[in-house]
This record gives sequence, structure tokens and C-alpha cells, in this order.
Amino acid sequence: MSELLQFLVSGVTVGAIYAAIALGFTLIYNASGVVNFAQGEFVVIGGMTAAALIGAGVPVWIAAPLAVIAGMLVGVLLYRLAIRPAREAPLVSLIIITIGASIFLRGAMQAVFDKQIHRYDGFSGDAPLRVGGATILPQSLWIIGGSIAVFAFLAWFLNRTRAGRGIRATASNRMAAALVGINTGRAMNLSFALSAAIGALAGVLATPVTFTSYDVGVLMALKGFSATMLGGVGSPLGALAGGLLIGLIEAMTAGYISSDYKDASAFVVILLVLFLRPQGLFGARITERV
Amino acid sequence: MAGQRPTTSAAPVDTGRHAYLQNKVTKRRAIGPGLRTFLIFAILVGLGALIFPSSYFYRVGTLVWINTLAVTGIVVLLGYVGLVSLGHAGFFAIGAYATAILPNYGVPSPLAMLSGVLLAGLLALVVGRPILKLSGYYLAIATLGLGMLIWMVLSKEAWLTGGPDGMTVSGMNARNLFKMVGLNLKSAEAWYWVAGFTAAIGAAIAVNLAGSPSGRSLRAIHDSDVAARSLGIDVARAKSRAFVISAIYAAVAGGLLALANGYITPETGGFMHSVEMVTMAVLGGATSVFGALVGALILTALPQVLTVFADYEHMVLGGIMVVTMIAMRRGLVPFIADLWTRRKS
Amino acid sequence: MSLDIDGIGIAFGGIKAVDDVSFTAHPGEVTSIIGPNGAGKTTLFNLVSGVYRASSGRVRIDGQDVTGLAAHDLARRGMARTFQNLQVFPQMTALDNVMTGCHMQERSNLLSDLLGLPGARRETERSCASAMAALERAGLADLAHRPASEMSYGQLKRLEIARALVTGCTILLLDEPAAGCNAVETREVDDLIHAIADEGKTVVLIEHDMRMVMRISSHIVVLDQGRKIAEGGPQEIRTNPHVIAAYLGAHGAAEAEAAAHA
Repeated sequence: MSELLQFLVSGVTVGAIYAAIALGFTLIYNASGVVNFAQGEFVVIGGMTAAALIGAGVPVWIAAPLAVIAGMLVGVLLYRLAIRPAREAPLVSLIIITIGASIFLRGAMQAVFDKQIHRYDGFSGDAPLRVGGATILPQSLWIIGGSIAVFAFLAWFLNRTRAGRGIRATASNRMAAALVGINTGRAMNLSFALSAAIGALAGVLATPVTFTSYDVGVLMALKGFSATMLGGVGSPLGALAGGLLIGLIEAMTAGYISSDYKDASAFVVILLVLFLRPQGLFGARITERV
Repeated sequence: MAGQRPTTSAAPVDTGRHAYLQNKVTKRRAIGPGLRTFLIFAILVGLGALIFPSSYFYRVGTLVWINTLAVTGIVVLLGYVGLVSLGHAGFFAIGAYATAILPNYGVPSPLAMLSGVLLAGLLALVVGRPILKLSGYYLAIATLGLGMLIWMVLSKEAWLTGGPDGMTVSGMNARNLFKMVGLNLKSAEAWYWVAGFTAAIGAAIAVNLAGSPSGRSLRAIHDSDVAARSLGIDVARAKSRAFVISAIYAAVAGGLLALANGYITPETGGFMHSVEMVTMAVLGGATSVFGALVGALILTALPQVLTVFADYEHMVLGGIMVVTMIAMRRGLVPFIADLWTRRKS
Repeated sequence: MSLDIDGIGIAFGGIKAVDDVSFTAHPGEVTSIIGPNGAGKTTLFNLVSGVYRASSGRVRIDGQDVTGLAAHDLARRGMARTFQNLQVFPQMTALDNVMTGCHMQERSNLLSDLLGLPGARRETERSCASAMAALERAGLADLAHRPASEMSYGQLKRLEIARALVTGCTILLLDEPAAGCNAVETREVDDLIHAIADEGKTVVLIEHDMRMVMRISSHIVVLDQGRKIAEGGPQEIRTNPHVIAAYLGAHGAAEAEAAAHA
């Protein structure tokens, strides 16, 4: 029983990270119609930057925001330099562009930082807590709490602020939004910035638990995909649900089936979702208009 | 089909002009497009052999031709039909690993490679059924998932595949093929010719396909699924054919790589390799086999050149990918062709 | 072959885009579907040609029930269509576009196609000749080697007709064939359609150009908001108050009435 609880705990922890990545995907997809294969790199940027700063002696409460800001800047640059110039490009071009961007970023991080694995201490220390027979790291609580905070913030931001509503309008119909005076350029920049910030924050929070290095971005992105597909492309609620479910499925697979193949569970999920219910849990059905 | 009767009340048909246009269009050329392509490729292969100064060049050249072969399959899938697969390295790896593993169980090398190709084709047929119902990003991600699963199995089942470190491949050496006809070539040279010859055949087949009835059906689907259906084209079956054909191309290339290198690792089936294959196609020009050649050439030769900048290799590669997609959307070969026609006028 | 539509309908969400529409189109005749925008005309075509699945009703070709058949199966039964918002193949030349229409006439297998065997090449040549003839008929022979992406809207409309013709169809559904055509082109399309019908084919037309419709149709079906509101010959339809009201609205109809009597 306590074993199950342990798996649940690790499942929810890692699921919270996937949910954040999925949320980032969703934001960018809604805004630009682009599936951002570079999403995982934001997570790495957050983690690596924080690790470097903390390693240099910067206190955590300064390093963390700085790392998030670094991620945000990269997000905006990604939009400006890679996505916006491509505008009406065909699907395969957009795919190559975001994958190319992720390769570029990976190379950049290798050059700026190094190829080592990094971590730093948890924000509230690393002494595990005992809850009902399971151990949970304090950092896991930070991760889960951080994720919840992110989702809550986004929900408020998108619904209650002008900038947020501008993003929603732009995502829904860019031309119409522009015609009613919304600065769609700014909305796009903001969408990318937010998405990258969320990814970077996930990275900052997760590193004490999952470690970080320059090349973990790919697998992160792929699992984030899985979460997005499961939850339903374009749905923030789906991102949350999908992320948590993927995390749980992964933990269960590692615990009860084979830890070698825990990464495979995310891909099996992708295939099952796409074969059986492509719109995922909360996504919209797509019909082609002729 | 009964011939069309001339229109009854439209402007009178200029029969002279009609005949002229007919002839222009249907004139039989001495050499069909497939054979022509084969000859051009053969000349290029020979050209390489003429100028290569050392075994190292032959090995890179072999890799270029192997990649060209694999990417030709992508051209059929992506360029002709318009389907994006981010998992085709999986089929490549199946071809490679079958060639590597089966001889350990007593299967002779050529048969092992054939088995790998058949296995890849069969998998493509079976998995294609549900996967090809998807399109766009969904298809790309589904194929990505498929490729990743294949890669994972190859990495984890070390008892069979040697795990992440890979395994050696002992099999027929191309040298022996040439020895049989009395030619004494070095191993690297022999494999170069084999790879080049195979790529040339592969290219000819793809060109034949493009101009054929089956090929027209495939290309119709690229632009309008709905219209293709309205013309009686069984879209699901056509997509499946393209998927299987491209898987076979990848598997043959994989088998050749295994034999030529004598060693393979699971990375031949990894996500990065799938991305490379698609990028090579798109970089050169996804709709033509010459685009495949150009893309394969550039992206195979580039890392060799870039070893100077070993640390910045990823940045350069990623940068190239982004910039070419923004600046030369249709790829290098169409881009240059456009420049050429514009200069003429 | 006669085309019999019997009580066909479909709903998207709560909206009945097409609601209980019935009519019969006969060979050798031109049947026109007219109605204001949003009346469901193209949706009707999509239902008949197998793009959409009908939620009610039946479609019969020469008495045989073909309801629910997929689009490519209907094509094999002799049904061809053109599309309102053009579904041409921009990447191909005009000639190649029309040659794709020869698909059902081509006797070739994948293997001979891959190997470039003489059999495959002969099929291609045959299709090519067939396609050139159709292009001639549609007045597009000069553009045979032009990429379809470089052709004008009116030319593309005729290209689709040429492509539909080479399929050897017996039932032809034309969705706004004269849209984007000038007076001369419209006349040419007019004559083309007339000739096609004279050959014994069953032609069903969606059109907004009323003069063309009145000139060319034997039989007109009027749709409004998904329902059939009138059916008959050109003269009947022209003076039918329901039809006038549908197009102009009740107020507009009253004005038209007043203007007619003024």
C-alpha cells in the first residue's frame, strides 16, 4: 500500500512538470498554430541557468527569477527570429524550424554551460518527509505547488487582464483581433514569453529532483507532447489533466512493469490516444470544411 | 474509354494546333525518365570514384549514397503524398538490426537483410492502417511515437541488440562481390560502388513512380484529399503504399549501413536520425530525388567539415535548419532552379 | 443514369444544414440547385457525393441505393463533381491535374509503375491524350504545361470541369462552374454544360448566375435554409413568390412586386 502511495507521489510530482510543459505547448499552439518542438529546451534553460547562478553563489531567491527571465527572453527570441519570419510556411517547414531551433538551443547551452549533469539543493532542504508510509521530498511539494500556482495565475491572467484577453482573442482569430484594435504582435510575443517562462520555472523547480543537463530537453518535450495529446490539444485544462495522468502512468509503469520502459509509456499513450480518440480528453473535434 | 466528341458549339477546334500539342506532350523519348535518372546518378557515382583521394572519402561517399537512398523514400512519402513522418529512422534501424542480428542465428547475410526489409515493410503495412488516418501534426507525432518505441526496444534489449553501445555486424563484404568478377577493390571502394548503385536504382524507381498512374494518385492526395477521392482514388490504400515503399527504402539503406560500417548503434533508429532524414529531404527539395541527393550530400558532408567546430556543430546544424526553412521554403534545388529560370527571362 | 435524392438531411450540432430534400435528376437534362447563400446547396452536394454522411434519407443511382457509400466508391459508380472553393492540385500542371481524373480508366499495377514498364508508360500516354482532349474542350489546351497555381480562378473552374469529364462519369455535379467567369467565359461554360447534357449525362448544377440558370436548366430546385421551397421549370421558378421572397426577403419581395406593377 505504501508502495502504491510512493508511486502516486512520484507520479504526481513528475506529472506536475509535464503539465507545465504541456501548458506551454498549449499556449503557443493556441496563439500561433505551431507545435513548438523546442518547448523542452525552456525547461533546460531554466534549470541550467539556475544551476549556474546558484553554483556561482547567487542566492536561490534571486537565481530562480533570473533563470525564469532568461527563459522568457529566449522564448521571445524564438518567436521573433524563427516563428514570425516563417509565417504561412507549410507544416513540414514549421516542424523543421522548431526542431532546428531546439537543436540550436541545445548546442548553445552546451557551449554556454557544459555537458555535465547539474543539480542544486532543494529550496527547503532535501530531508525527505514521511507521509502515510511514503517518502516525499520537500522539493516535490514546491513542484506541485508551483504548478498549481502557474495554472491559477494563467487562469486569472487570461480571463481577468486586458493583456490576457488580448492573447485569447489573438489565439482565436488573429485577423479579427487585429481589426478590433488588439496589438496582436504584442499578444504573440507575450504568449511565447509566458510559455517559455512556465517551462523555465518548471525546470528551476524540478532540477533538485530530476537533475538537469543540456540534452534532457528532447525527452521532456516528447512527454509534454504526450500530455498535450492526452489532455486535448489547445485545452489548458487538458494540459493539467494530461500531464498528471502521464506522470502517474509513468510512475506506475516504472513501479509495476519495468523501470527500463517507463519512458515508453508516454509514447504508447500517444499512439493509443491518436488511434482511439485523437481529440484527447478535453480537445475539440475537428471536421474538414469543403 | 470512348473518346471525347468535339464540342458542338464552342469555337472551332484548331486541329493542327491540337496535333502539335499532342505530339509535344506524348512524344516518346529514347530514354525514359527512370533510366535517365539512373544514368545521371551512375555518372555522379563514377565522378566521385574518379576524384576521391583516399578511403576516408569513399567512406563518406558511401554514407552519402546510403542516406540518399533512405531520403528518397522520404521524398515519396513527404514530397509526393505530403505526409510527415518523424519516425522513419525506426524502419532504417529495423533493416540495420535484422542484418546484424540474424546472421548470429545462422541466417546468411543477404537473406538477413531481405528479412529486415520485409519486416519493415510489414510493420509499415500493419501500423500504417491506423496511423495514416491521421494527418498534419497528429501524424507527425504518432510516427514520432512509433519511432521512439522502436528505438527504445533496440536500446533496452541488450541481450539481442547489444544495448546502447550497439553491436558488430559480420556479414558479406562487398569486396567479395567484386572479386567474383575479377576486380580487386578495397573494402571502402567496394561499398561505395554498391551503395551508389543501389541509390541509383532507388532513384530511378522513384522517378518512374512519379510519372506513372500510381504516382499521379499519390501526388493528387498531396494537394487535396477530397478531390482525389472524388476521382475514384482509394486514398487510404494509396497512403499505405507510400508508407510501405518509404519504409522499404529506409530498411534497405539501414541494412547497407550495417554491412558497410560493420557496426551499428540504436541511434540509427533515434529521433535525431528521423529528423535528419526529413531535414535532408526538405533541405534539398522534398519533391525530387535530386533534392534528396543534394540534401543528403550537404547534411552528410557537413558534420565532417564541422568537426573543426565540434563544439558548435549543433548550433550550426540547428541554424541551417531554421534559416533554410525561412529563406528557401521549397528547398535548395527548386530555389536554384527558380533563380536560373528568372535569369533566363 | 438518373440520380434520385430522397429525403436527405444532415445536422451539424443543432443546426439542420439540409432538411428533408428530395428531387430527381434525369439523364440528358440539366437540373439546377439555386437558393440564397447558406441555403445548404454545397452541403447537399457533399452529402450526395459522399463527403458527408447523411443522417437521414436515401440516394439512388438508377434505382440502386448508394446511400452512405464513400466518395471514391461513388466515383466508381460514375459520379464526378467540381468544388465550390476549388480543389485543384496547385503543385501539378494543368495537364497533370486532368490526367489524375483518368485514374479509374487506367489499367496499371504498382509493380509496372515502379519499374517503368512499357505497360505503365502506355497507360500514361493514353491518359495524356484523353486529358489533352478534355483541356481542348474546356478551352485550356494552351495552358497544359502551366502549373495550376499560375492559373486564374475562372480557368481553374474550367480545369475542374475538364478533370471531371475524363473520369468517364455519367453523373456530373458542378458547384458554381461559372463563378469568376466573365460573360464570354460564362457562355463557353454554358455551351460546354449543354454539350455534356446532350451526350446523355445527368448534370446537376449549383449556380448563382440566374440568367445562365434560366437559360440552361430543364429543371430547377430551390433551397432555403436547408429546405426545398420550390421545384419546377425555369418559367415557374422565375415567378414563384416563395423563391423571390427567399432571395430578397419579404420586404424586398414586396418591393419587387411593386416595381413589377409600377
